[in-house]
Amino acid sequence: MRSQTFTILNPSGFHARPTKVFVQKVGTFPCKVSVSKGGKKVNGKSSLSMLTLGIQQNDEVTLEVDGEQEEQALQELGALLTHIFEE
Amino acid sequence: MSNRLTGIAASPGIAIAKAFRLNNADDYVPVADKAADTHIEVNRFRKAVDEARQELEEIRILTEQRIGAAKAEIFEAHLMLLEDPDYVDAVIEGIEEEGMNAEFKLHEIANSFIEVLSAMDNELLRERAADVKDVTGRIMSKLRGVSYAAIAAINEPCILIAEDLTPSDTAQLNLDYVLGFVTEIGSRTSHSAIMARSLEVPAIVGAGTAAGDIQTGTMVVMDASLGTVLIAPTEEEVADYQSRKLAYDQRRVELRKLLDQPTLSADGQHVELAANIGSVEDLQKVFANGAEGIGLFRTEFLYMGRSAMPSEEEQFQVYKHVLERMNPKPVVIRTLDIGGDKELPYMKLPEESNPFLGLRAIRLCLSKQEIFRTQLRALLRASAYGQLKIMFPMIAVMEELRAAKQLLEEEKGKLVQEGVPVPENIEVGIMIEVPAAALGADFLAKEVDFFSIGTNDLIQYTMAADRMNETVSYLYQPCHPAVLRLIHMVIRAAEREGKWVGMCGEMAGDVTAIPILLGMGLHEFSMSASSILPARALIKEVSRTEWAGYTQQILAMSSQEQIQQFVKQKLRSDLQ
Repeated sequence: MRSQTFTILNPSGFHARPTKVFVQKVGTFPCKVSVSKGGKKVNGKSSLSMLTLGIQQNDEVTLEVDGEQEEQALQELGALLTHIFEE
Repeated sequence: MSNRLTGIAASPGIAIAKAFRLNNADDYVPVADKAADTHIEVNRFRKAVDEARQELEEIRILTEQRIGAAKAEIFEAHLMLLEDPDYVDAVIEGIEEEGMNAEFKLHEIANSFIEVLSAMDNELLRERAADVKDVTGRIMSKLRGVSYAAIAAINEPCILIAEDLTPSDTAQLNLDYVLGFVTEIGSRTSHSAIMARSLEVPAIVGAGTAAGDIQTGTMVVMDASLGTVLIAPTEEEVADYQSRKLAYDQRRVELRKLLDQPTLSADGQHVELAANIGSVEDLQKVFANGAEGIGLFRTEFLYMGRSAMPSEEEQFQVYKHVLERMNPKPVVIRTLDIGGDKELPYMKLPEESNPFLGLRAIRLCLSKQEIFRTQLRALLRASAYGQLKIMFPMIAVMEELRAAKQLLEEEKGKLVQEGVPVPENIEVGIMIEVPAAALGADFLAKEVDFFSIGTNDLIQYTMAADRMNETVSYLYQPCHPAVLRLIHMVIRAAEREGKWVGMCGEMAGDVTAIPILLGMGLHEFSMSASSILPARALIKEVSRTEWAGYTQQILAMSSQEQIQQFVKQKLRSDLQ
């Protein structure tokens, strides 16, 4: 298992569209992915649960990956978390 | 007298019909029960989810055909919910582990999400709770074998009354029968309000719980242009509204006829009616209202609400898209107009004590040349895809115009060297927003291809009155003689140099101002898309030659009040 903390840059936080992009990407990895903020941890494969974290700009979010391809998942998903909105 | 309710006018129009009260399916609260056979229960649930999916697919396609791809995205989000492990799989696990009935577990799990999302302090996230309710209601109705909402069952003319309409309700409305709708909650920007405007169905939202007491079968009159609902109106009231509706509908039909016609004055002279846009999404309205071009494309939105500058490529794609869609109609794109009241937090500009008199628009672009050059390159690259005209905002002195043109030429030269095709004849113009530019229009006209008068700022600077400041709002006078004299001066100066003049401020769509501007010889009027057809109808009735004859008389008047009175009187005789 590996984990790392990232800071959200998007000024309008983590809404339907970015959540969709993120969750779809999570779905391409075989490993378990969870996302936590402020002590609350949710399944990274559920957009509904992701929304309940209410992620906003400058929030610190921890990504936890466990299983096959975890290294690659951490790298790609972390980059997505930080830069998803700069595209 | 009938009972009267007032709500928010969400989509204009008048409708008269019996009420149809929509009972929301999510009122249903299931009872906790043990399932007889968990295997059968799980299959029953899976089947309900599959049926819901099929139905949503159909609605998504229907919405895309009727309202467009952007609105259909709502249903993609709904479909995605059906794939969500913490929602659908969680219900299945609940049934298997606890042996409970499907309805109960679905209700329980959906509610846990709805509660959390509804309590969020972020409006966008709270709206997601409505999506969960909508999808849950749909699956629930499949489980119970009842039709979801009763909208599909409506088979006679009615006005729909509901607590709120879900996106899927609105998308399924059969407009042959549903003449309008009234909801208890909602705002001008809620899903149902936006959809109503796209479908052009009269709608009043946020009418309060009293609307919920309207029973099915009660006669209702709605004037959605004002936001009023009459419950059980008298015969006289019905007759009155029937004639108002007739007049309203006739006016709409008349205006529709003007959709693809050129804008000609009563004496047959052509002027151009263009639209102001702020984003790609506005293009739909441009076409729906028959604009002859885009007179102002504000590029600020590309820079706002984000954490870093947009790249050249990103800008290029947007400009190219707009130019291609509009081709061969002209598109005037204004370079970055930021500063003043429009801030970009990531630029970290020092605070100014008078931001409206400070480093904004072209002044900012000339001081941050890299940002400006990036935009100019994107514009030049996109120019091959349509009829681009480039416009610099807030020019005050010749030096600014020359510096901006110099940078444009340099970027053009670089692109040509890189082998990128750039047309030779791109028109370059400036906005006239500063009194100094209006007074100096004679020399500026020699070095531009066109002027566009930005009245919002021109009035503010001429009257030295902040247009956001309520206490001096009486000074915001578009038809004040001082403003009209400046405008007249600009048009004359351009005429002498053989250049064209447009106007892209609020004033261009103002009924009182249009005849004056027409008489002065303005060539292009650019306004919000919804004002175009009424403006075209007005111009048809006004003779340019006749109004040209009034110009000197108007310019000699001493107040806006006097000028407005004069226009009203003359117009009345024109329209008779």
